[in-house]
Amino acid sequence: MAYKNYILVCAGTACESSKGIALYKELEKELAAQGVDAEAQLVKTGCFGFCEQGPIVKILPDESFYVKVGPEHAKEIVSEHIVKGRKVEALLYDKEQQDQKADEIDFYQKQQRIVLRNCGVINPEYIDEYIARDGYAALEKVLFEMTPDKVIEELKDSGLRGRGGAGFPTGLKWSFTKNTDSEQKYIVCNADEGDPGAYMDRSTAEGDPHSILEAMAIAGHTVGANQGYIYIRAEYPLAIERLNNAIDQAREYGLLGDNILGTDFSFDIELRLGAGAFVCGEETALLASIEGKRGMPIPRPPFPAVKGLWGKPTVTNNVETYANIPMIILKGSAWFSSIGTASTKGTKVFALTGKINNSGLIEVPMGTTLREIIYDIGGGISGGKKFKAAQTGGPSGGVLTEEFLDTPIDYESLQSIGSMMGSGGMIVMDEDDCMIDVTKFYLEFSVDESCGKCAPCRIGSRTCYNILDKFSKGQGTMEDIDSLKELAQAMRKASLCGLGQCTPNPIMSTLNYFEDEYMAHIKDKCCPAGKCKDLLAYTVVEDKCIGCTACARVCPVNCISGEVKGVHLIDQDQCIKCGQCFDKCKFDAILKG
Amino acid sequence: MTASVEKEKLLTPEIEAFIEKWQDKPGNLIMVLHRVQEEFGYIPRQAAFDVAAALDIPVAKIYGVITFYHFFKLSKPGRNQIAVCMGTACYLKGGQDLIDECERRLGVGLNTVTEDGEFSVEAVRCIGCCGLAPVLTVNGEVFGDVGTKQMDAIIDQFEGK
Repeated sequence: MAYKNYILVCAGTACESSKGIALYKELEKELAAQGVDAEAQLVKTGCFGFCEQGPIVKILPDESFYVKVGPEHAKEIVSEHIVKGRKVEALLYDKEQQDQKADEIDFYQKQQRIVLRNCGVINPEYIDEYIARDGYAALEKVLFEMTPDKVIEELKDSGLRGRGGAGFPTGLKWSFTKNTDSEQKYIVCNADEGDPGAYMDRSTAEGDPHSILEAMAIAGHTVGANQGYIYIRAEYPLAIERLNNAIDQAREYGLLGDNILGTDFSFDIELRLGAGAFVCGEETALLASIEGKRGMPIPRPPFPAVKGLWGKPTVTNNVETYANIPMIILKGSAWFSSIGTASTKGTKVFALTGKINNSGLIEVPMGTTLREIIYDIGGGISGGKKFKAAQTGGPSGGVLTEEFLDTPIDYESLQSIGSMMGSGGMIVMDEDDCMIDVTKFYLEFSVDESCGKCAPCRIGSRTCYNILDKFSKGQGTMEDIDSLKELAQAMRKASLCGLGQCTPNPIMSTLNYFEDEYMAHIKDKCCPAGKCKDLLAYTVVEDKCIGCTACARVCPVNCISGEVKGVHLIDQDQCIKCGQCFDKCKFDAILKG
Repeated sequence: MTASVEKEKLLTPEIEAFIEKWQDKPGNLIMVLHRVQEEFGYIPRQAAFDVAAALDIPVAKIYGVITFYHFFKLSKPGRNQIAVCMGTACYLKGGQDLIDECERRLGVGLNTVTEDGEFSVEAVRCIGCCGLAPVLTVNGEVFGDVGTKQMDAIIDQFEGK
């Protein structure tokens, strides 16, 4: 090692927004000011995944893991750790265990990083760092040592399935495109991560952009394509910048462009920006959008693998799927298929969020249970509340309840309990979350995002939303439940694409596992979680109120009246049910319900 | 006979150069519209006509695309753009309360601009900072773990500046 210490600073979006940039600059300044800039190298890396504790700083070689580091801590880190070799105790994740290495932290212990192997390790802005970690070695192997058929065989043997959600075997998909005769073929990367609550593709693109480029070039060589497109959300400016930078560098190194590594294989990649349409995650809609049109799906077959972009055979895979491929080529299919369950091999990246202590990005072997994810990695439910459900698959998925905590997670197991893998958002909900409210949230999303081409989706989702809205206002009837079920059937069968077919999933899943909550809204006109505002009233408990006036002072609409030391009264007509009085009262004198 | 008044072109030389670069690439329309919105903050009507002329495609097709995608705006946003994240994690942790608070403070609902043109509020889909939920951005700057009580201070920070 040329330097004595390496200071890794997270430069992912979440950490950057928590003043990560200022921290980096401050560290840079302090290293120079204290005359140790030759001893320690400052590295801007991709996401460490532990976003809850960001911004994160990791110092090598002793792997000290500093959390919630602000620019104001830069001076101390440099003067203590770098100059004197002493750890800054106050910033350590576990202050009890000074020598704890980063991978010994409970959050990381059950994780296995294949897709995120370089995130938080290398500087994504320099191709050399990627190459130093065996980057582009897989492309080289494919170009010089493997035939395209061998690559496809290897992928098939590995058992890799599409990580976008549906889980289609990747090797099979590639073989369709390879076996279709055409002068022109395309490779497309779907980075249009639309699921609200999932951000693994963004972190991969930001933290390890070259792994995507390398895999796309491998795909190009395998199926005989010379042009690739990455379709990425315009809402991800940092990922766009890093990918563009990576493409430029790869071209400069002869790893993209004409005659790659001196062979007769030529391949180039361009970015195409999405514009905020969830339906464009559906592959035919995505291709329409790359073509510059409204992103509306078309019926399949023919599948894009045979007839895709501009009518040519097109391989479309998701970011996470691509990021696996270089490792499979290098380490072999036997290695990859040794990880995971019988039907689903490898790992899955989840964005673990919601009411959980350690929210962040995690990568676990397929077959890990929900309990391990939520309690061992996630550190349990925040605020000591009770676990209610975990939602996977976003607006197309469903809920996993307590009884499934010990089910090993893979494509089949999730489907059998009425949810789906989806892109990997995992949102944890506690006792304060109302299932009707959450389902209504997802339906509102689907109504908004329906492209409107087919009636079952366009009209069905709106009708479902209206019924849920009635429930949340206490106006629902038992007949509405029957209508919901009927609508769900029709939408599943008759919708044109996955968006419409899956829109009823959140409804059917919650109806299945939380029927009592639906009944409470319909029959008792109450919301057990206290979330549906129309079914909620705040009242003062007279014998508990001591007249401290705290509630009246915090009320934003001044609807609480009462003398000092006298019992207060909430004007129900004026109350906006914000709940601030309830939170403020120290004497449990305000009743919610 | 009155000569038709040729409206002044809105596109800057930079945008025209961009269009020139993308002219022959298939599927260029969305990329060009992104460039236009980057410049103006929305797609002005005249700009849509200019793009139609430059790329030789019907204006109807351009509006078809603009109105399909949420990202493209047809009216000018406020000088300060507040975007409240309504991804699932932010929603669960009180994203809607932040929107309500904005409405109360600024007196305008979603997707409208305050009368003085200072602020506009929109709800956006997951910006991928779920660990910081609930999140909002003002002119791209991210504020995490925001409570309704902090809204005033955040808005004050930008008002008139």
